[in-house]
Amino acid sequence: MARTRIQLLTAAAGIAAVFTATGCGAADMTKQSSPYANVGGAKSVTLSVQSWVGAQSNVAVAQYLLEHELGYRVDTVQVDEIPAWDALSQGRVDAILEDWGHPEQEQRYVKDKKLIVPGGGLGVTGHIGWWVPKYFADKHPDVLNWKNLNKYAKTFKTAESGGKGQLLDGSPSYVTNDKALVKNLKLNYQIVFSGSEAAQITQIKQFAKGKKPFLTYWYEPQWLFNQVPMVEVKLPKYTDECANEGTKDPESIDCAYPTTPLQKYLNADFAKQGGKASAFLKKFHWTKQDQNEVSELIASKGMSAQDAAKKWVEAHPDVWKKWMP
Amino acid sequence: MSATATRPSTDPTTDPAAPGTAAAEPRPSLLSSAVRSPAARKLAVLVVIAAVLIPLAHAKWASGSWPHALTVDVSGPLGDASDWILDNRDSHWIFLYFFGHISNVIIIGVRAVYVALLALGWAGVTAGLTLIAWRVAGVRIAVTTLVSFAICGLLGMWVPTMQTLALMAIAVTASVVIGGLLGLAGGLSEWAFRVLRPVLDTMQVLPAFAYLLPVVMIFGNGVPGAVLATVIYAAPPMARLTALGLRGADAGVLEAVTSLGATWRQRLLSARLPLARKELLLGINQTIMMALSMAVIASVIGGGGLGDRVYQALSSVDVGKALAAGLPIVLLAIVMDRTIGTAGERLGAPPAEGGHRLLRGWPAWAGAAVATAVITVVGRLTGSQTWPTGWTVAIEEPVNQFKEWMVDHLYTGVPVVGGTADWAADYVKWILDPLREGLQGLPWYAVLLIVAALAWLIGTWATALTATAAMAAIGVLGVWEPSMDTLSQVLAAVFVTLVLGFAIGIWAARNTRLERMMRPVLDMFQTMPQFVYLIPVVALFGVGRAPAAAAAIVYALPAVIRITTQGIRNVDPAALESARSLGATQGQQLRQVQLPLARPALLLAVNQGVVLVLAVVVIGGLVGSGALGYDVLFGLAQGDLATGLVAGTAIVCLGLMLDRVTQPTSRRDRKGA
Repeated sequence: MARTRIQLLTAAAGIAAVFTATGCGAADMTKQSSPYANVGGAKSVTLSVQSWVGAQSNVAVAQYLLEHELGYRVDTVQVDEIPAWDALSQGRVDAILEDWGHPEQEQRYVKDKKLIVPGGGLGVTGHIGWWVPKYFADKHPDVLNWKNLNKYAKTFKTAESGGKGQLLDGSPSYVTNDKALVKNLKLNYQIVFSGSEAAQITQIKQFAKGKKPFLTYWYEPQWLFNQVPMVEVKLPKYTDECANEGTKDPESIDCAYPTTPLQKYLNADFAKQGGKASAFLKKFHWTKQDQNEVSELIASKGMSAQDAAKKWVEAHPDVWKKWMP
Repeated sequence: MSATATRPSTDPTTDPAAPGTAAAEPRPSLLSSAVRSPAARKLAVLVVIAAVLIPLAHAKWASGSWPHALTVDVSGPLGDASDWILDNRDSHWIFLYFFGHISNVIIIGVRAVYVALLALGWAGVTAGLTLIAWRVAGVRIAVTTLVSFAICGLLGMWVPTMQTLALMAIAVTASVVIGGLLGLAGGLSEWAFRVLRPVLDTMQVLPAFAYLLPVVMIFGNGVPGAVLATVIYAAPPMARLTALGLRGADAGVLEAVTSLGATWRQRLLSARLPLARKELLLGINQTIMMALSMAVIASVIGGGGLGDRVYQALSSVDVGKALAAGLPIVLLAIVMDRTIGTAGERLGAPPAEGGHRLLRGWPAWAGAAVATAVITVVGRLTGSQTWPTGWTVAIEEPVNQFKEWMVDHLYTGVPVVGGTADWAADYVKWILDPLREGLQGLPWYAVLLIVAALAWLIGTWATALTATAAMAAIGVLGVWEPSMDTLSQVLAAVFVTLVLGFAIGIWAARNTRLERMMRPVLDMFQTMPQFVYLIPVVALFGVGRAPAAAAAIVYALPAVIRITTQGIRNVDPAALESARSLGATQGQQLRQVQLPLARPALLLAVNQGVVLVLAVVVIGGLVGSGALGYDVLFGLAQGDLATGLVAGTAIVCLGLMLDRVTQPTSRRDRKGA
């Protein structure tokens, strides 16, 4: 019996030790930074990178300046957009530099729970739309109006589109109304979801190599335009009424995508206590040209993100000097 | 849920004990022998059930697709659950006092290992691990270890490799402890064993992507979620093998120990566990391999390390960079597999003769420790803790150039055989589309009936019941159409895998040199993260179901080839010899002796082909396969628990059904071992 009691005591002591080690009593789910952060006494910042190269450019330049000008160590984590919001609220990442608009998450984390604070605009404007390659649009200029798309359905047919025209869609994490658009505009098209941006880019490049016609969901700013010039197909004009109705019933949408000024968001604690790093990230603000310059270096010149950032930083001191705290 | 009661074969009359009338027939006519054959009897029962139930079902719900009246919409409750978690995560006690502590313990653990690895520096880590490998597995493995870590450094992947190692260390420890405890329960109690088996089955068939989302919601993005997802995936083999080892312990030895008056605990610690140590070690090995294969998937939820590098490389469509990050994962797998495998072979074998006394036992361990310490200090004095930046080799450019070259030359217009683009189009047009239309066009009750018939013919009525119930569950969840789409893709990919796998496997069985040459290639395909070859398959086959099939085939082929080769090799040489003496040609030997005798192995190959192809359905979603795979990804990316979880469950049901339909009952116990 005595032996059992000793064992129980040991177990209890063990559990107590674990609890003490993890901060006594309640564990704070909003304060759990990455285990790789701040190792060896270095001040560190964790940035979320989204899967498109524009987002990588923001992060690369921010990382370069944080490391070389402000003496921080920067960790980057690639996460999808919605999980990134989640991670931001828990302090696993400190900042998102390019957000394309997530009203539900803003309501929950910024307005209600106050775990995330807006970090101001990025300075770049994003736009989603439907695009065809320039080599095709030059020969068939009337394809650029959605009303003529049905005429080209046969041209855009592939093995996957089952007799209809193929509208190539992207990663499941992206904002898309395409299903509703195809239905409401009565288009004879089949949406083929490529499942990841990598697959979509590879397919677009492959089409372009053979100068084949294609119609794809795409967005700017995007480096791929430099390799495969594309022209936007005009969809019915974007209006606020259409957008409001779309918020209520996503299946009713029958107009083009809006143009979004991209936003930055910071973890609330980091925004307060992040010192120079958070002050710097709040001031970070550049243009589409700047971003594309870096993206181009990364994506088509095959430069590493760090080298590309270095090159841009050396060429544009006038832009980034203003961001310094 | 009451609607499920109308499933044809869940009817209690399916019990096969019923048809006794045929046996009473005295005359040995053709009819009676047909009726006596168990297969015909089973089918006859099904026909009767079908004849009763189908008209009923048809009268009530005339459509061929799963009737809407028989579905249950779970999106409401699941949506509420996810909202509740997000709203209460930082206030409710279950998070503050339970889940939060789990996350914190994991973070502290991974951090401790990571800090230790960084403190040892590249020199210390390499030296330490090489010496450990030398102690437990010998010189050859030690050299492999040394070279492997050097390559990780040379590829410029030192820091991510250390992050992955830290993550793996904690995830594997947790899996081994949890799996070991479950296995202990299963090994000691028949009841626990019975309860555990279906749980472990589900844990293994469940696509990892399906539970990433709930795990992320509860534990948050990043390392804790990654570790827990890995544990769910990697603990089952440990549990299975532990249970297997304990149950298989020699009864004679146990009796002897009992007669010596040992208590229950002494018996466990001094006899049963030591007797099972080979299985335990094999379990640890399997766990490590499975944990490593999760490294990349875990990166989708911010696990960091090598997986994250592969994932980031993918988004800029850089195969070279993805390969540079994928190779260290393969190398880690090879090093750990060989080290533990060899250590396992040495267990129980008499200690090797020769060598100086100081090279054995504790002096050698102490020596290894001292050497590591010295090398660590020397490494620190010479500068960089992480791999020196100058000592790297860039493989990205050449790899990308090779990929471009391959795509340029194979994509289209290859004489005679046609280009990969043409293959893809033909495969979609002639195999996938007809199969999908056929499956989606079949009335739902016909599908259930076919499944019931196949499962019953190969197994027992219980097998048939499970398979049919799994299929019916898919209908109830309201994802019948996409599931049939996915099923058509899986069947077509399995078909191609088997044709290729059997052909290559048979060829390799008769040609030792070919087998030896293929071994490293097969190793690589099995351990290389699938993400690495997603880009090449899209470049070769275009977006859609064809590249998904290609990825699945590449993943499943090695196992099928291996099992086939081994099965044919293991055919009794006496049988073959006698066939040869009767003047059978090579072809006759193969068809009439080797293949029939290797039947169990071939069936296992079919089963493994199905399971492995199914395991990459979600990966297929990343390259445009649509259907269930895409839905799981969509759920994860949009934080939509309902879509993701329902699609994931449907994949599990498909898996269960296919497993039962392809797996003879007698082999069931060996699964996962």
